[in-house]
Amino acid sequence: MSQDPSTAPVGAQEIVFDRVVKAYPGAAAPAVDDLSLTVPAGEICVLLGPSGSGKTTALMMVNRLAEPTGGDIRIGGRSVRDMDPIELRRSIGYVIQSAGLFPHQTIADNVATVPRVLGWAKKRTRERVAELLDLVGLPVNEFGGRYPAQLSGGQRQRVGIARALAADPPVMLMDEPFGALDPITREHVQDEFLALHDRIRKTVVFVSHDIDEAVKMGDRIAVLREGGRLAQYDEPRTLLKEPADAFVARFVGADRGLKRLSLLRLSDLEPAAAGEDSAGLPELPAEATLRAALSLMVAQGTDRVRVRGADDTRLGTVSLDAVRKAGAA
Amino acid sequence: MDTFIRSFAFMQERFPLLLEKTGQHVWMCAVVIAVSVLLSVPAGLVLGHLHRGEFLTTSISNIGRALPSLAVIAIGLGFIGLNFTNIAVALLITAVPPILSQTYLAIDQVDPDTVRAARGMGLTPAQVLLRVELPLALPVLFSGVRIAVIYVISAATLATVAGGGGLGDIVLGQATYGIEGVVAAALWVAALALVSDGLIWGLQRLLAPKGLRVSGVGRGAG
Amino acid sequence: MSDQPVLPDYGDPSPCVADNASFCTDWFTAHWSTLFWPALAEHVELTVLAVGFGFVLALAAAVLAHFQGWFTAPASFVASFLYTVPPLALFQLLVPVTGFSVLTVEIALVAYSLYLLFTTVLTGLREVPQDAVRAATGMGLTRRQILFRVELPLAVPSLVSALRITTVMTIGTVAIAAYVIDAGLGSLILKALQSPFNTLFIGSGALAVALALTADGLLLLAGRLLTPWARSRRNA
Repeated sequence: MSQDPSTAPVGAQEIVFDRVVKAYPGAAAPAVDDLSLTVPAGEICVLLGPSGSGKTTALMMVNRLAEPTGGDIRIGGRSVRDMDPIELRRSIGYVIQSAGLFPHQTIADNVATVPRVLGWAKKRTRERVAELLDLVGLPVNEFGGRYPAQLSGGQRQRVGIARALAADPPVMLMDEPFGALDPITREHVQDEFLALHDRIRKTVVFVSHDIDEAVKMGDRIAVLREGGRLAQYDEPRTLLKEPADAFVARFVGADRGLKRLSLLRLSDLEPAAAGEDSAGLPELPAEATLRAALSLMVAQGTDRVRVRGADDTRLGTVSLDAVRKAGAA
Repeated sequence: MDTFIRSFAFMQERFPLLLEKTGQHVWMCAVVIAVSVLLSVPAGLVLGHLHRGEFLTTSISNIGRALPSLAVIAIGLGFIGLNFTNIAVALLITAVPPILSQTYLAIDQVDPDTVRAARGMGLTPAQVLLRVELPLALPVLFSGVRIAVIYVISAATLATVAGGGGLGDIVLGQATYGIEGVVAAALWVAALALVSDGLIWGLQRLLAPKGLRVSGVGRGAG
Repeated sequence: MSDQPVLPDYGDPSPCVADNASFCTDWFTAHWSTLFWPALAEHVELTVLAVGFGFVLALAAAVLAHFQGWFTAPASFVASFLYTVPPLALFQLLVPVTGFSVLTVEIALVAYSLYLLFTTVLTGLREVPQDAVRAATGMGLTRRQILFRVELPLAVPSLVSALRITTVMTIGTVAIAAYVIDAGLGSLILKALQSPFNTLFIGSGALAVALALTADGLLLLAGRLLTPWARSRRNA
């Protein structure tokens, strides 16, 4: 396999959009207009925007399901135009909203799709399928023989992720992958994916129209406005603190201050020593967000919370003032 | 009722004759269906894969359905006289439209997200068609073949008009075989149609992907 | 085929008829009012009668199946059985019971029409958006009112498409009914068979095809006129 670069396990690669344009014939305005941004290797970049902002089109140009009409996209320094589209797609993981699982194939067969078309040995394919299904928490012995219709929405989406990872691609494209799930399941699968990403560190381009999801999932967020023009490209904290213009400010919402607080944890602050008066204070674990702390203080009518560390050690207290300062920083 | 009893006597006495005519009938239908499948399925697959030709396939299907077999045979008789080409053309006009239009529909209707996922994973167009679209299309495709088989078995009884043989020789041969012969052969044709329908249904169950039949079973388990 | 006048009883043969050319316009027009027009009218009559009866029966069965789920399986089994039996066989099987009569023909035609009408109408009723039914229930309409004011109107496109398919199929089947009764365009084809006469073959065959295509087009048009809402959605 080592002679074929597209199948060999490769580390994450940088993705560069270089003045990319996509104009559909007959359409008045381009779907994507002069889009330039760089996704550093191993990071999750969320393309965020309302419908009609060209975010899905931008994503589909990476694996050439749509062809750019101008500019270039480079993965690890190589232009996607120089690669055979079939080879290119086999080296990129692709997850879409409805998971796009093949209803006529078992879960194991679905995950084995790309290894099989790449001509992997049967044993290697089988081992990889088992490994991936384990990774997404659907052990092959229990789930491998089932059909997509026999799984819940969240389980199907996890199979979609496992299938996208099958050939260990350095890059993953995810098109509103959790959009069809109910809020609780979505939260759960998001957490699982973040934990998974910490281990596999692929470069991920993730399309979403949900600011909360973008803030949670993205190392960086690219906000697109209608007509496929880039409005702002920043880390979530910066985006929430300093929206580039009125469009971005409206899109991230009036509660962007609260959203910023949800990016910070109590453990990020230096707790004040807990005095004797702290006995009646509400308590939170150190990994709780500042947003949760603020919410608790408002609900309980106090101006401090007690911070609990691992093994129930008391780390001290955090005040309303400290939260406010952290949010403004 | 008497006629029906006598028709069973006819079946016993003229069993070899019925068998011979059934053989002709089945052979004629099998050839027509095979040719129709070879003509229509590849065309329907390609058109459906490209999502082109909806107007063409529905028009062929509408017009084909509207053409009365006997009228087609009659027009053929007027132009080219009594021969088997006539029957073959009439039967093909009967069989091609349902197979073509159902094949097209079957492929065209496959969930676009499933196809996008397949393409996005780097399956070649041929792999997308043969590994994803075709298996998912089989049930609808088969329904087209089933309709075609029923129509052809029925229309083939008219082959006798142009000297094509088959069970129609007896069904329309009261002068030679009497009413009991006619009834016997009519029962025979009806049974043939029902048995063929059942066989194709069985074949469809056998070939259709199992995953399409389990929807809703054990959802959310584990 | 033959150089001799083939159908002496149809009057003095023109050269075209005497040669039995493919199609003799003079003979066709000369016999339009005595031969072709009556056969065409009979053909239409037999078709309308069969489709009308079949439609009423199938509609009633479909509504019953819509309300009483258990009725669906036996009804569609019987209908699909009757649909699978070749109509020519069905005609011949009925002859010993009801004779060489219009009744025989109509029973077989109606039996043959049921399956497509029943399944299409039932599908149409089932595919009525549940929201519309729920809204109607919420507004206090009775079950019967919902059927007549919401479900049936919304199922009109399926009703019309079922009628369309069934009508063209019945036109084709009526041609075969000529083996049982001497009526319709099929009987002209059978007459032509007795001593092959090309003008009669092509004239009656073409009339049957034209009738089927015209009926198809007219019903398509009627469907569009009856469902203005489907049209505006298409244009939107």
